[in-house]
Amino acid sequence: MYGNDFSAPDDAPGGGLLGEVEAAEAALREAAARARRGGPAPDEDLEAYFADVIDADQKIEPRDWMPEAYRKTLIRQIAQHAHSEIIGMQPEGNWISRAPSLKRKAILLAKVQDEAGHGLYLYAAAETLGVSRDELVELLISGRQKYSSIFNYPTLTWADVGAIGWLVDGAAIVNQVPLCRCSYGPYARAMIRVCKEESFHQRQGYEILHTLAHGTPGQKAMAQDAVDRWWYPSLAMFGPPDGDSTHSAQSMAWKIKRFSNDDLRQRFVDMCVQQAEILGLRIPDPDLRWNDERQAYDYTQPDYDELMQVIKGNGPCNRQRMEHRRRAHADGAWVREAAAAYAAKRSANNKEKVAA
Amino acid sequence: MTGSFDFVLSLGDDALIAAQRLGEWTSRAPEMEEDIALANIALDQLGAARLLLTYAGELEGAGRDEDALAFLRDDREFRNCLLVELPNGDFAVTMAKLFFLSAYQLPLYTALAGCADERLAAIGAKARKESAYHLDHAALWVKRLGDGTEESHRRMQAAVDEVWPYTHELFAADPAAPVDPATLRADFDATVSTVLAEATLTRPETGWTPGGGRDGVHTEHVSYLLAEMQVLHRAHPGAKW
Ligand SMILES: [Fe+2]
Ligand SMILES: [Fe+2]
Repeated sequence: MYGNDFSAPDDAPGGGLLGEVEAAEAALREAAARARRGGPAPDEDLEAYFADVIDADQKIEPRDWMPEAYRKTLIRQIAQHAHSEIIGMQPEGNWISRAPSLKRKAILLAKVQDEAGHGLYLYAAAETLGVSRDELVELLISGRQKYSSIFNYPTLTWADVGAIGWLVDGAAIVNQVPLCRCSYGPYARAMIRVCKEESFHQRQGYEILHTLAHGTPGQKAMAQDAVDRWWYPSLAMFGPPDGDSTHSAQSMAWKIKRFSNDDLRQRFVDMCVQQAEILGLRIPDPDLRWNDERQAYDYTQPDYDELMQVIKGNGPCNRQRMEHRRRAHADGAWVREAAAAYAAKRSANNKEKVAA
Repeated sequence: MTGSFDFVLSLGDDALIAAQRLGEWTSRAPEMEEDIALANIALDQLGAARLLLTYAGELEGAGRDEDALAFLRDDREFRNCLLVELPNGDFAVTMAKLFFLSAYQLPLYTALAGCADERLAAIGAKARKESAYHLDHAALWVKRLGDGTEESHRRMQAAVDEVWPYTHELFAADPAAPVDPATLRADFDATVSTVLAEATLTRPETGWTPGGGRDGVHTEHVSYLLAEMQVLHRAHPGAKW
């Protein structure tokens, strides 16, 4: 389901995407089994060897030679992805204390915890490219690297937790499923793990909205309001339209990116329409309709001027999110120093013992 | 003095309020790994709270489920100890609270695992494994902070001093309860002495011993905590979530 053919609707959201993650995982195993060439011959051109590995759909591994620009592109992309996971904990974390039932509280706590885990795997994947997590955290804190703009919108009601799961995790999966086949091995492997968990998040979000949409009139209105507010920002998660996207062509050639922003956005819209019908919620787009010729839905583009403003730092919550992260980091400094001092004392003691 | 309902309710409330406080750390911990660890512990406490409150509701027999007990009681009806409702403070205060709580919960759940009530025994058997992890985690931080830098030592000692008075309430004798809390004191004292000594910290003298939580007489903090926790549930009476 939701394969490249976009055929029948699926009432188990995320199910089809999970299938694709599993297919990517199988492909990864298969590529690993088809033993790579044993490395470049002594007189072989490294660039040609790199191109060969990419052409053969095999994985570049940390020890391999790679073009500097490939390394830089990956570091930037993986780091921004990691930062997004960490900042993304805030909008949903905002509702942990007020979750309306103990079961929902537990699910939400576990979800936000998963996002921290995603941040960790991704920082670890970036570290294989020769940069440290501390350096990357510093780049986030000083505002020199970005995170996904979607997290600069506020979570105003409980239904926003559902809308984020359904739409934001849903868009993240559509974006990330192709990354499970990315040419850089550690990133592809991290994405497989992340996508599996994201697909649970999407189901949980969908389930929250489903319950609200079939609840009291007040709950239903809350659900519709959340979808109204999160729909266009979610569409903007796929980035600017293809004509304006700067990094795409090179990333496609390197098999870091495999589909264009607009292709992925279309895929997301087509997936959501069916699910919205089952939910009984309206997608806030009067021009949304099936186009028989294209075999896809026509839809209204998000407001890219607004996206540019949010990227520049002028979204509703940019300042708040950054301030929160900076404060947590600064408030924890004495704890991290203490842990380092304690570990240093321990290892000094152990050395003494070994020497004696 | 307590029947089974009150006893189970008080343990469920301890776990619930502890989870609520630990959950406040999410996205604020000193390290990403610690964010995950605190969420784990919060999830364990919440899981135990749900089992205990569900069982309390059955013992009461008035049709209250875990959510009715968590969201529809007022602060005077909560039976948790004061220790868990204290604000998080800095990381040292949070670790002092967790350390004392888990040093009490571990022998408590261990004793429950062997008690005659099968339901409580099953809950105790599950929860004691989790408590052992909580205790290890908190004890390690107490040692790291106590024997880390000058600043961390000062903060950790201050935290221990601040929280210590609230531990006495945990061991008030209750011979009628399935496990008399007074019988857990020796175990608790032994754990605390060992860890504090290793952490180069001083165990405070016992002077002031605040209590009242088990009778529903709380600190001023609890009403704010409940206002936040219950606000959404109460705003939609009868709704399903
Ligand atoms: Fe994630
Ligand atoms: Fe997620």
